[in-house]
Amino acid sequence: MLKISLDKLDKLFEAITASKTLYIPVDREDGAAEYRKYKSGMKLSNALNTVRSAKDFFFPQTENLVDFKMDGKNIEVIDIRKESEDFVIFGVRACDARSFTILDKVFLAEPVDSYYKNRREHGTVVTMACTRPAETCFCGTFGIDATSPEGDAACYSDGENLFIEAHNEKGQKFIDSISALLEDGDTAKLEETRSKTREILKKLPLANLSTDSFGGDKLNEYFNSDKWGELSESCLGCGTCTFVCPTCQCYDIKDFNTGHGIKRFRCWDSCMYSDFTKMAHGNPRLTQLERFRQRFMHKLVYFPANNNGEFGCVGCGRCLSKCPISMNIVKVMKALEVK
Amino acid sequence: MQEAMINKAKQLLSEGVVNRVIGWKRGEFAYDITPAVFENAEEIEKSFVYDDFTAANVSKYLVKESKKDGKILAFLKPCDTYSFNQLIKEHRIIRENVYIVGIPGGPKLDAEKIKAKGITGILGVKNENYTLKIDTIYGEETMPFYEAVLDKCASCKSKKHVIYDELIGEDGDTLDSNRFDMVEKLENMTAQERYDFWRSQLSKCIRCNACRNVCPACTCEKCVFDNPDSGIENKAPSDSFEENMFHIIRAFHVAGRCTDCGECSRVCPQNIPLHLLNRKFIKDINTFYGEFQAGEDITSLAPLNEFKQNDCEANIIHERGVE
Repeated sequence: MLKISLDKLDKLFEAITASKTLYIPVDREDGAAEYRKYKSGMKLSNALNTVRSAKDFFFPQTENLVDFKMDGKNIEVIDIRKESEDFVIFGVRACDARSFTILDKVFLAEPVDSYYKNRREHGTVVTMACTRPAETCFCGTFGIDATSPEGDAACYSDGENLFIEAHNEKGQKFIDSISALLEDGDTAKLEETRSKTREILKKLPLANLSTDSFGGDKLNEYFNSDKWGELSESCLGCGTCTFVCPTCQCYDIKDFNTGHGIKRFRCWDSCMYSDFTKMAHGNPRLTQLERFRQRFMHKLVYFPANNNGEFGCVGCGRCLSKCPISMNIVKVMKALEVK
Repeated sequence: MQEAMINKAKQLLSEGVVNRVIGWKRGEFAYDITPAVFENAEEIEKSFVYDDFTAANVSKYLVKESKKDGKILAFLKPCDTYSFNQLIKEHRIIRENVYIVGIPGGPKLDAEKIKAKGITGILGVKNENYTLKIDTIYGEETMPFYEAVLDKCASCKSKKHVIYDELIGEDGDTLDSNRFDMVEKLENMTAQERYDFWRSQLSKCIRCNACRNVCPACTCEKCVFDNPDSGIENKAPSDSFEENMFHIIRAFHVAGRCTDCGECSRVCPQNIPLHLLNRKFIKDINTFYGEFQAGEDITSLAPLNEFKQNDCEANIIHERGVE
């Protein structure tokens, strides 16, 4: 496999930025990691994951869709769409990489979301295999192998070298663009690292969490479960879980009057919020129990029902560490599970 | 302590003094504790927990819980009693529907601080003479207890319970805390430095509203920012400065009512030190109107709700200067 020494990473990043905008996860002063546009001197974070997921690159928290200009009784509709620039997201973990497959099912199904598609086509996803999974990780539950991440190209570290391989044409183009820096490398040590990581993955506290009891046909088993009351009683109704989630894809579209025209924008929405799904007649979900239930039913039942059994979760564990009251999909699955 | 609390809860339930208990429920890991209401001894035996990670302030839940049938037992830490008092003062909690057992408080631990040390795969955390022994998938790790203490506990203002029906353990006293140190540091910055500090912090905001929703001072039934009819509802910022405004407005709204419980910063998924905004107001109120601690009692008029002829004038801001 092609490789580059880990101490030459800055050379690699410089080479990528020569032709494309590059985003890498970096450490913040508060100890958390976030994706930033690469500038010379930035160091790749060793953190397992970023607080915000990588979905932001394709599905940003807010974006303007179209502008309207009023002139008397005439309304001019201004298409503000522009061709996205080419960019590379480097260091995406296996869980986040899979989240793109899930988002694709939503945004690239007919009618295709041209805003999402534009960015998706211009973005190259370069993933990074995990070597130090956390106790909150459960990607294996959804059939994801943290040691073999998807993406256009994937990287694997053995502690000394970074090995790179392409998964498709886009990934091959990426590798071609940096090939001057790469050389053939022996993967013996890498295989050792990967098998060690696989052993750790098997020992994770959530390694045995199973989706067997869930799926598109389980609506009646769970919708009226008496567990929802207890599970949701402490929910603050904040949007933390939905906003750090790499697969949550609900949004709101609104018009904003700037005083000299209208901007139609969309922004992430959260099923945890009280005005979510508010319609002309009112809101069909009046209590936090119903809102809470919606989030988990969507991920564990409705999404698989509409997407050939694929679940709307990738087991990244962000909600496990970020929920202010520590209520999350794992606790919900364990409480609901009918053996 | 946990055992004494469990026994107390079971006793009060069996005597019929209360019909529910609000406390904390054990999670999957050592640290992922969920506030919970328990209805019987069996549930309590099974999952009631009180340890170094039970930091959540349960007072705000009592706004709803105290309006249900029967009386609820609430275990309140000293800092939680200030929130509780303030909520009584604001007519949010029905006092006679809550039986308060005061319990010793923190310092409580912040799992994020342990993880920030690079410690991961956490299977268990033990406090041995103020050294944390952390059992992980990768072997045992240790770190000093005080390096993992929550910010809100690191500058604890009081070990005293300002309201209770009974206590487990002895009551403490208010502390001469260092809680205004960082505020002073910010005050001593130039306007530009301070602006840069807050921009770098607040630009991390993802507008999840966790700070607002956990805040015991934020009990409006419908927040203006959630009300589509208010005209200022905003799920999305219209420009990059709007998040700053949200937090500044919120700090103004709770000024004089914020007890400095620190929950806002504890729950922030982006580690924004939001409590510093509130502390600035608390410090200013102390300076301009005399020492005042919100939630200390249920009768006093808050300085900002009361007019006195010698109150400072608005131009104090100019007199003080902006730098």
